Amino acid sequence: MKAALKTPQSNTPIELDALDKQLLNLLQKGLPVCEQPFLDVATQLNSDEKTILTKLQTLLDNGVLSRFGPMFDAACLGGAFTLAAIEVPEERFVEVTNIVNSFAQVAHNYQREHRLNMWFVIGTENSEEITDVIQQIEQKTGLPVVNMPKEHEFFVGLYLPV
Amino acid sequence: MEQHQTISSLERQYIVLTQRGLPLCSKPYQALAEQLGISVEQTLAMTNSLLERGIIRRIAAVPNHYKIGYTFNGMTTWDIQDDKAIEYGEKIGQLDFVSHCYLRPRHLPEWNYNLFAMIHAQNKSQLDQYKAQIKEILREVLQTHQGKSHQVLNSTKILKKTGLRLNKKTNTQGLKETTNV
Repeated sequence: MKAALKTPQSNTPIELDALDKQLLNLLQKGLPVCEQPFLDVATQLNSDEKTILTKLQTLLDNGVLSRFGPMFDAACLGGAFTLAAIEVPEERFVEVTNIVNSFAQVAHNYQREHRLNMWFVIGTENSEEITDVIQQIEQKTGLPVVNMPKEHEFFVGLYLPV
Repeated sequence: MEQHQTISSLERQYIVLTQRGLPLCSKPYQALAEQLGISVEQTLAMTNSLLERGIIRRIAAVPNHYKIGYTFNGMTTWDIQDDKAIEYGEKIGQLDFVSHCYLRPRHLPEWNYNLFAMIHAQNKSQLDQYKAQIKEILREVLQTHQGKSHQVLNSTKILKKTGLRLNKKTNTQGLKETTNV
């Protein structure tokens, strides 16, 4: 396949001012559940509600925040997910990437430094569809797919201070 | 181990309305209440109930880690004793710099790692330090297979990154997965 790889969205770090940073640090921990949560946040940061709302909208618009709101447990919402890996010969890397990425069910795909050098997440409505997608990828690439569905998910308290 | 949660149809509507985010206005729950046709008190109570039941993990900001300067990311994988895997996995998940933490099946002989933890750092030395911190916590439960007890798979390129879209016709239309890989 001749097609070049499409580059995902820009991930260049963005300049943040002091209030942006405070806001990011506070809101990664969580937003209080009350009628005017942003007023609460504004008070904590010695700012005002309007400034906080404007700042948040900007952080969403420029992609510093990929999301703001309730984070749902995917397992509660139905659907099936798996992590899969392929050992791709270097000379076939672009071709295989294009095949794998062509599946709408493939959400993320990363090149990694390992014999298994391509790792991707498949998300579907049910587990039968996962099996089906894996079989199709194996057929189209002629390469075996290592399937690593989660057996247990640990709650994470991700917090990346800025 | 993942018990299936029962969600009422109103809660389902709540999820559909907020899956892309909470309304950014002075009274977001009031805005939501109007769309749901219930009172703001009921909406706040529903939010608390969803939180208590673990259906909502938390209501928070999810940064794009690259854009806030966390450009060193690694998928760390570890071979730990099966009978201690849950206990120790929980400890690793609690670390601030871990964004995803799972147990996954081994594929012997070539893949012997069962614990996966995605870590994020601002520079190489911080990444190494985080890796060492995990290793220290897991020290007593690490197993060695063909001389290796763990492996860090740095990503060299993002090949694709989109939201997971579940196009459900019925109950959970258009739900997007909410974690950030």
